[in-house]
Amino acid sequence: MSIEVRDLSFSYGSRPVLRDVSFRVDKGEFLSILGPNGAGKSTLFRCVLGLLTGYTGTVSIDGMDARSLSVREAARHIAYIPQSSRPVFNYSVFNIVLMGRTSSLSVFRSPSKEDNQRCMWALEKIGIGHLAQRCFHRLSGGEQQLVLIARALVQDAPILMLDEPTANLDFGNQLLVLEQARNLAREGYTVIQTTHHPEQSYLYSDRILAIQDGTVLIQGPPSQVLTRQTMEALYGVDVEVVSLYQDKARICIPKHMISQEVTK
Amino acid sequence: MIENTNARFRRRIVLMILLLILCILASFTLGHYPVPLKELLGILGSRLGLSIEPYWTSQMEAAVWNIRLPRVLLSVLVGACLAGAGACYQGIFQNPMASPDILGASAGAGFGAALAILLGASSVGITLGAFGMSLATVALVFTVSRHAKGDRILGLVLSGIMVSSLFQAGTSFIKLVADPNNTLPQITYWLMGSLSGVKWSDLRFVIFPMTLGLIPLLLLRWQLNVITMGDDEARAMGVNASRIRLLAVICSTLITASAVSVSGMIGWVGLVIPHMMRRILGADYRYLMPGSMLGGGIFLLLVDNVARNVTTVGIPIGILTAFIGAPFFLWLITGKGDHYEH
Repeated sequence: MSIEVRDLSFSYGSRPVLRDVSFRVDKGEFLSILGPNGAGKSTLFRCVLGLLTGYTGTVSIDGMDARSLSVREAARHIAYIPQSSRPVFNYSVFNIVLMGRTSSLSVFRSPSKEDNQRCMWALEKIGIGHLAQRCFHRLSGGEQQLVLIARALVQDAPILMLDEPTANLDFGNQLLVLEQARNLAREGYTVIQTTHHPEQSYLYSDRILAIQDGTVLIQGPPSQVLTRQTMEALYGVDVEVVSLYQDKARICIPKHMISQEVTK
Repeated sequence: MIENTNARFRRRIVLMILLLILCILASFTLGHYPVPLKELLGILGSRLGLSIEPYWTSQMEAAVWNIRLPRVLLSVLVGACLAGAGACYQGIFQNPMASPDILGASAGAGFGAALAILLGASSVGITLGAFGMSLATVALVFTVSRHAKGDRILGLVLSGIMVSSLFQAGTSFIKLVADPNNTLPQITYWLMGSLSGVKWSDLRFVIFPMTLGLIPLLLLRWQLNVITMGDDEARAMGVNASRIRLLAVICSTLITASAVSVSGMIGWVGLVIPHMMRRILGADYRYLMPGSMLGGGIFLLLVDNVARNVTTVGIPIGILTAFIGAPFFLWLITGKGDHYEH
């Protein structure tokens, strides 16, 4: 399932946050949205998810206008994986995942045995079946993130949106979560993430969308986006972009640190 | 594995139902006028249409049917309503400290009752005044909160606190001008909360709004789970949080207003029972909601038995729930932390 955003603009009051943002993500594609703090990434994310509706322009999901969908229908198309979730009450991991089934239940119904089985399947698929009975609060950040991914999977939505999925995670867990996101894209899910890690987007995603001051600075395959010029323009710092392993990876090095070393 | 956990919770709910029935039967056999179980079952049976040759006195029958039974049923219903509303509010406001009076239902009822007593209304008039004013207060809170800027939930809760204190001030004013020989003690007694002297007419008055509120809350219990995750996440999972919250508030207000209008102010049940049930049944509203209703019913029935039997005058139940509820809540929060893992 593809998602297409066309000429999307949004303002909070009189302050414009997004201006004429257009992009498209196809089935099986993993898109990373990069941009400095305050560039409008979160707003864009919330517009696409339908959490903000006062935008101009269109968000279409397989050609349908997203705003014409009911809350329930929208949830069957797009699943949201928040940066972190802090439930007030002590739910078990299994119950958290089971909540993902809600969009396929009528309002007055509770999940059935089949829904339970589907959740176990999702937990096993993500490799955390052994956590099912644990209390969500007591998991590490990385485990919690995987639980939220499992919850998104049982929602049966073909589009997954991850909001800075690696923001609170240690290095190992960051890679684990990105690996999962990438695998899901390979299986045919349409995956969109916002991130502050250009190097990881280069490694894991198929395309990068760079947002600055509410507009698209550049978009395209990682090799086109992750360049010295773009990084300097995007983040306002001098960096050196180094290519490694026949350009399979690129790293950004802050230039002033290097020159300091040289003058020492 | 999951099925086992669910089955265990279901068993606990069934046990609570049995316990409730046991408590109801026991309530008749206790008191200044104890009715043995055999006579009790006979009276109930004959009243329900079985042709049983009376082996009891008509005095006994009157005590069971006209005095004890409405009181027992009402204490169960009031407890169920308060605890159910408390569990609901804690969920939809994502606030473990929420209780049924958070939106001003109790303060409004207290004001309505005090006003009705001041104006010399009959007992039906007092109940009606309390019920009507309770609903009106929550409606006012809801209207005010729509104009609040920023976070909707916070706006609602803050409006509730403000409007509550306004109505409490109103109640204090009525007490000030009330006749200290006649109406003032009546108002004070009403505000303390009591189930003594409740009649079939009270039960008939509240049974309809209570049913109308309790059943949707039971049906919505899965949606309540999702709402506790916050509005954005709930929406992304297909739940229109503000719509479900409105429906839940309407139901909770109906049952709180009904409960308070016949029993007066009974605090702590709505806060403590849901937390106790989280210990026993976990946070999942599929079990927590029916569990809270049952637990609230059992708790209030037991406390009312104490209120009825310990002294000849009968301590107002509101005082007892506070005496029991507050220390119990302290024990809950200072105990072995949050033991919710099952």
